[in-house]
Amino acid sequence: MSDAVVVLKDVGKTFANGTRSLAHLNLAVQAGELVTLLGPSGCGKSTTLRLLAGLETPSSGTVAVPARKPGQVGFVFQDPTLLPWATVADNVLLPLRLQKMQAAEARRRCTDVMRLVGLADFARAYPHQLSGGMRMRVSIARALAPRPRLLLMDEPFAALDEISRFRINDDLLRLKKELKTTIVFVTHSVYESVYLASRIAIMAVRPGRVTEEIAIDPPLPRGADLRTSAAFLGYCDRAMRALGRAAAEDRR
Amino acid sequence: MIGRLSARYGPPAAAFAVFLLAWEAVVRLARLPPYVLPAPSLVATTLIADRATLFASLWVTLRTTFAALGLAIVGGSLLAILFSQWKWLERALLPFAVVLQVTPIIAIAPLLLIYLPAWGAVLSCAFFVAFFPILANFSLGLASTDRNLLDLFALYGASRRQTLVMLRLPAALPYFFAGLRIGAGLALIGAVAAELAAGASGQETGLAFRIVEAGYRLDIPRMFAALVLISLAGIAIYFSLSALAHLVLRHWHESGGV
Repeated sequence: MSDAVVVLKDVGKTFANGTRSLAHLNLAVQAGELVTLLGPSGCGKSTTLRLLAGLETPSSGTVAVPARKPGQVGFVFQDPTLLPWATVADNVLLPLRLQKMQAAEARRRCTDVMRLVGLADFARAYPHQLSGGMRMRVSIARALAPRPRLLLMDEPFAALDEISRFRINDDLLRLKKELKTTIVFVTHSVYESVYLASRIAIMAVRPGRVTEEIAIDPPLPRGADLRTSAAFLGYCDRAMRALGRAAAEDRR
Repeated sequence: MIGRLSARYGPPAAAFAVFLLAWEAVVRLARLPPYVLPAPSLVATTLIADRATLFASLWVTLRTTFAALGLAIVGGSLLAILFSQWKWLERALLPFAVVLQVTPIIAIAPLLLIYLPAWGAVLSCAFFVAFFPILANFSLGLASTDRNLLDLFALYGASRRQTLVMLRLPAALPYFFAGLRIGAGLALIGAVAAELAAGASGQETGLAFRIVEAGYRLDIPRMFAALVLISLAGIAIYFSLSALAHLVLRHWHESGGV
């Protein structure tokens, strides 16, 4: 497994207040994959991401993220989490400035990444002037600017309307193809999960753990009618059954 | 544009005009002598007639107010930043700040007048009352930085200095301005209160002393004239700081739209 970007082995996380968030969680992510963590609220999806980002430390087990140096891991939060006093361009430049990248190089990268996510015309706008979807694009551009090897996304599109969500889902897949970034994506939407993933990890609650994995193999053919195709709906059905089994395990 | 302005400022201006007219009418119809209640017109003429004395005194009071406010901004902000970086320092020093805040300044003034020259005592009083709201509000602002943004800075390996300068300080600006607006008003009140306690002292005397002096002489119109000047100064300070806050925050903060 030389290409593993993330290896979680028997990871447990108990918070100071005694809440047992994760127990015996195992997950490996290979370079180039897009793994979605799918599960109900409170199953520790976000905690898992924070462990991967190094924002939390595990109570037991090991978290190995070889790429984890500043700038090698990008994080997109549930909220856009932008600096409200800074323009779109300054927000995207932030991680590069924190790394003290040379100004000309940083500016070039910023322009590139803003064009990629469709923000080229908004460089001088302030966050409050943008729609929710556009703000999320700024957040994604900021995460991509340092060219991370691993991108962690925590239900980033949960607050968007379905139409914006579909569009931004497509854009994310296009970006992933162009940038060859490995992505771990947290969601509680079955459809979003199947649409984006190359592999789905189903999670159960109390304590949070991965109960099943579903590989989307061969990759679904991308096209306008994918969301209504039999293959797509077949995977959705499988994912929902897996979620049901995870919930049944919980009740026992 | 003119329609909007008149809709916004018309009602308060009209209400104020009606108030002045009623006051004038009551004084004239009841033939109240000026030492009971002077008419607004008499207050205005007194203000103009005594302008040399009154404006010189206003300048003295304002100088104290601005010096105290300047010291309070520097002291309060510095302490707030230090508190945000070292929590033990906050625990050690905050009680002192709170004691200074809850003790009525007018009760400390006589003591300060013993230890300090009059100008120093007046300045100290104005400083003490202006200092705390700036410290408290700015501290609150520095402590309420968005958790996710702090995580983001941690993720990118930001240094403590970077986090302070690029995140905590700008995020606390709206709180700072809220504290500044309160502190500036209190600095004027503190200066006037301390002047009252200090009484006549030295060559330069502030507006509060003019009020007391005019009171001894039963020169009621002059008392009113001095009061009008103090109010106008307070209003001017408040609105200029609101304008400054608007200028700085208009791009991003809800309070900047006011």
